[in-house]
Amino acid sequence: MAEELKMVATWSQAVCEMRLGAGRQEGGSRKAALTVGGEETLPFLFKEGALPHAPLIAAEIFDIPPDDDPEALRCDLKGIGKDPAAWAKAMVEDVGADLVCVKLAGIHPDGANAPADQAVGLVKKILGVVDRPLIVLGCGEAGRDNEVLPLVSEATKGERLLFGDAVQENYKTLTAACIADGHNIIAESPIDVNIAKQLNILISDLGMPLDRIIINPTIGALGYGLEYAYSIMERARNAALSGDKMLAMPFICFVGQESWRAKEAKVPASESPAWGDQRERGIMWEVVTAMSCLQAGADILTMRHPQAIKIVKSEIQELMKKARL
Amino acid sequence: MYIIGELINGMYRNVREALAERDATAVKALARRQVEAGADALDINCGPLSKDSVQDMCWLVETIQSEVAVPLCLDSTKQAVIEEGLKACRGKAVINSTTADADKLDAYLGLALKHRASLIALTVDKKGVPQDKERRLDLAAFILERAAGAGLDAAELYLDPVLLPVNVAQNQLEDILRVIGDFKLLTTPAPKSVVGLSNISQGSKNRSIINRTFLVMAQAAGLEAAILDPLDQELMRSLITGALILNKTIYCDSYIEAYLKSKSRS
Repeated sequence: MAEELKMVATWSQAVCEMRLGAGRQEGGSRKAALTVGGEETLPFLFKEGALPHAPLIAAEIFDIPPDDDPEALRCDLKGIGKDPAAWAKAMVEDVGADLVCVKLAGIHPDGANAPADQAVGLVKKILGVVDRPLIVLGCGEAGRDNEVLPLVSEATKGERLLFGDAVQENYKTLTAACIADGHNIIAESPIDVNIAKQLNILISDLGMPLDRIIINPTIGALGYGLEYAYSIMERARNAALSGDKMLAMPFICFVGQESWRAKEAKVPASESPAWGDQRERGIMWEVVTAMSCLQAGADILTMRHPQAIKIVKSEIQELMKKARL
Repeated sequence: MYIIGELINGMYRNVREALAERDATAVKALARRQVEAGADALDINCGPLSKDSVQDMCWLVETIQSEVAVPLCLDSTKQAVIEEGLKACRGKAVINSTTADADKLDAYLGLALKHRASLIALTVDKKGVPQDKERRLDLAAFILERAAGAGLDAAELYLDPVLLPVNVAQNQLEDILRVIGDFKLLTTPAPKSVVGLSNISQGSKNRSIINRTFLVMAQAAGLEAAILDPLDQELMRSLITGALILNKTIYCDSYIEAYLKSKSRS
């Protein structure tokens, strides 16, 4: 048995804590508010410092489900994928997701181009059936997101949602809305720690408190750049713990979105028999991507497959048991 | 870089007058401005014209610590002033400074241990200002041996290679830069180093550019701490950029703003 190493030095700063969701006393309607971040040391090294909050899993749902989803996903989401509110409810109550992440893909001008009030209505409906905090993502088209997201923000003022994504080229509109309506914001950078730091400064210069910013470093799935994202997160987290306030934010990793793009997750066994059963393979691709992000410091994992969510949630609970020793 | 703000020194007229009039507001403002500009600690010196340096030191310590919560670097050649200042300090103190003379060094090591203070030790003794690298290293080794014997933690000791003015001892400056690196070879863990930066431009014109150029060179040589003017913006910008080049902080386009935001106690 290795000798216990003597602690020679400790980290000088903790990661910010971000609160998600607001209860009735604070102007919201969430029954359960959640907190992430606050780490005093690197992931799961409990003897070195406090890790006060378990990482959370947010179930990825869509206003309009994508029609190119792999069979492995569709079979486990049978039926519920058509109705976003039912989908959100099932993911929390039956699957055990800690919170829900709804992507408003339908507002995209080249897609369904759904009107803004439909998006607002949907978010409010989901807030009505799920008592957990909510993450709301735009469609990714800057102009449309700048039209619609501020309306959603205003309609849900006080709920302390998490909106995304702000990017270096387009962050002002969303940041202003989130500041005004008391929401949190996702700051996205393209696997670039220098841009991640710069974007946090830009957002904070507009008046956003540092503990309402979460970093999306943009991960790649296993086999598609995962280790590059891992190294960025590791570098940023080390800097944060060493005193760099402009990187001392929690991380959010879009695991489901990235891992189900991989051909290893999508290709049926009939096309690649050596790869084995597609459903199991797809689930494992998502699970391994998620577990790796956790080791790099991920605080929120957005995930898609119910079985993958259950596996990772159970692993997190197992890892966090050591926190109580 | 551990930054010790140098401006509360009675040799400056504004501080001399504030001391004479017991103008707490002026002293507190100067303390606060230095901390906001990035000082990690504040040097306190009553100045050569102080009529009662013990009283003046105690008053400065009380006044400053009621305004800011950073370590105070007590700067005096007189042991009594240091002792009384240490007693008045509520928080962490740094003793500035002792020479390498055995009796003074031992006494100051005792004070550092008693008050859990850090100690700045100059590589100079009664024999005179060192004229080369070797003499500085000999004195440094002596200081380290005495400190270890007394039981002072290496993390509490700062070696000062005695920075000399460029218009007087230009021939020694390259050696001083090298010895900052050489100090690190003397013990494990390596001792920390500090310089009184403004000494290099004492009596010169163009003090600011001389100061900041030396500081950046010393950073590259591994200097850990410096007593300097944190209100000199060009100096601070050079320091922050030097830290960036040495990979001590992650780059972003607004890296100077990032550094200052990170330092601010909000």
